[in-house]
Amino acid sequence: MSERGTLILTLIGRRLIALVALVVIVSLGVFSLLYLAPGNAVDVLLGHRPRTPATVRALTDQYHLNKPFLDQYWIWLEHAARLNFGSSTQTSLPVSEEIRSRLPTSLFLGVYAFILVVVIGVGVGALAAMRRGGLLDRLVVGVSVVSVSTPSFVAGVVLLYVFAVRLGWFPVFGAGSGFAGTLAHLTLPAVTLAAAGTAFVVKHTRAAFLGVLDQDHVVFAKARGLSATRIFFAYLLRNAVIPIVTISGVMLSSLIVGAVLVEVTFSVQGLGQLLVQSANAKDIPMLQCISLLIAVVILVANLLADIVYLLVDPRIVLGRR
Amino acid sequence: MSAVIERHLDLTRHDVRSRRRRLGLVVSICFLFVGAVVVMAIFGPLLAPQDPQAQHLALVSADPSSAHWLGTDALGRDVFSRVIVGARTAFFGPLVIALGSFTLGNVLGLLAGYHGGRVDALIMRWVDLMWSIPTLLVVIVVAGAIGASYWWAVALLVILTVPFDTRVVRGATLEQVPRPYVEAAKTLGVPGRWIVVRHIWPNISSIAIANTFLVFASSLVALAGLSFLGLGVSPGTPDWGLMLSENETLLFANPIATIVPGVMIALTATAMNLVGDWLDESLAGRGATR
Repeated sequence: MSERGTLILTLIGRRLIALVALVVIVSLGVFSLLYLAPGNAVDVLLGHRPRTPATVRALTDQYHLNKPFLDQYWIWLEHAARLNFGSSTQTSLPVSEEIRSRLPTSLFLGVYAFILVVVIGVGVGALAAMRRGGLLDRLVVGVSVVSVSTPSFVAGVVLLYVFAVRLGWFPVFGAGSGFAGTLAHLTLPAVTLAAAGTAFVVKHTRAAFLGVLDQDHVVFAKARGLSATRIFFAYLLRNAVIPIVTISGVMLSSLIVGAVLVEVTFSVQGLGQLLVQSANAKDIPMLQCISLLIAVVILVANLLADIVYLLVDPRIVLGRR
Repeated sequence: MSAVIERHLDLTRHDVRSRRRRLGLVVSICFLFVGAVVVMAIFGPLLAPQDPQAQHLALVSADPSSAHWLGTDALGRDVFSRVIVGARTAFFGPLVIALGSFTLGNVLGLLAGYHGGRVDALIMRWVDLMWSIPTLLVVIVVAGAIGASYWWAVALLVILTVPFDTRVVRGATLEQVPRPYVEAAKTLGVPGRWIVVRHIWPNISSIAIANTFLVFASSLVALAGLSFLGLGVSPGTPDWGLMLSENETLLFANPIATIVPGVMIALTATAMNLVGDWLDESLAGRGATR
């Protein structure tokens, strides 16, 4: 194996260990939510259910509340690894079932928005850079300033009013059934969710392309008479992708946060809406499960972004980060 | 030939001048808008034409009229008055976050940048860790555990925003430390704390102040978002974020009651961002030419 290959593997290994350590820290924080809540743990877990000696004993046994803190944490972590997070204090149903039933909607919304962000963001950013100083370029720069500062819930309400209430092009709320129905119902939420992220990607893509466009190898490629398409894909896109990969971690965080607000705005029955409902109802087991899930997704995605970054850019000096 | 070049020069000069004037116009509009928000935040209850809490139950979800400029909401409260009074929670919370984060971020950033070594490594490790955390989600989860309240959210957001300021200030400090004037001060035996406060900080303060405007804008959006989700101000408070969610059901009856609070949030945040960018450009430019 080449030296670079070994180095990459070592680096990934080190990152994996750091990932596990972070998951342990985050899960400890997530578990402590039970004790951060005012009142004792039994009352928190009871929620609105009546407090009787029987229910108290059942909960104490179920969550091992009479054991020391760290033992409780360890048991909780073991259960969590098997996706058993206890039952919701609102519905008394297992937390994982509720989450499983809502996950597809959120995933659909997230992937839909992500595709919009990447396709529109990279496309428009590249076009704006090619026609630097032109009308499109100035328009793009202007629109992205407003778009970055407009929160998704404001944009969502305005889009809802214009396209659903006034023009009637899209349904006002709900999730729809079947692929076409889901697509129609989730288009406005996805566009709203994508708006801020797109502006961010446009800005970075434009800067990345401007940086590459002036380089000697691109000028030389033009001088050799290569076709514009060939230059775009072989010379520009590959170099410009690197800065875009580096911001993908931040983009994912903003997509997840945005999804929470967008799902509430459009009454989409997804995980984000569930998170807000659980926070309003102080449903601790549900909060623990959702926050741990989101934390793990973000940590893993950041690791993947780092690995892609290593693979795309052969110039990176390893071990010096 | 020379005439062509002259005309070309003239064109570019004209272009630059007009662009600068246009930028000035946009920025002055931003300043005016922010000024208006500040006035509303301080004197809101005096300026509002009606009591923002008074319910006119006979006149529910009414269209705009001469009595109610922006109509009424589902409880018959005057939307125009509520928008004016709502500036208070939109302004003071973000102000506290921006100032708190400015203070702590500057102390930590200067410490890390000036001392370097283990202090720097420790502080930056922490900053990197906090950097990947989605701020709003942490506030939502903690609010879910300890109960939602506006000032708790403000306090939490101060802590979560500090890494942002720290990173910016540390970067600026690192650029100053190798400069001759710092070396000169060290040679003269000026104590480290004095060098940082009297010599380095004045040189980086412009960056830190410009950054604070950006922090203000993002805190405004975060707090309004929390209120929108029902995890910020208590129910019934006139607040732009809460009005947006309370009045969302009015999109059919009196849409302006929903749109205006939302637009106020977006415009205030945009104005603050533009002022921050402008400060950054003009102050940083001044530093570069000196």
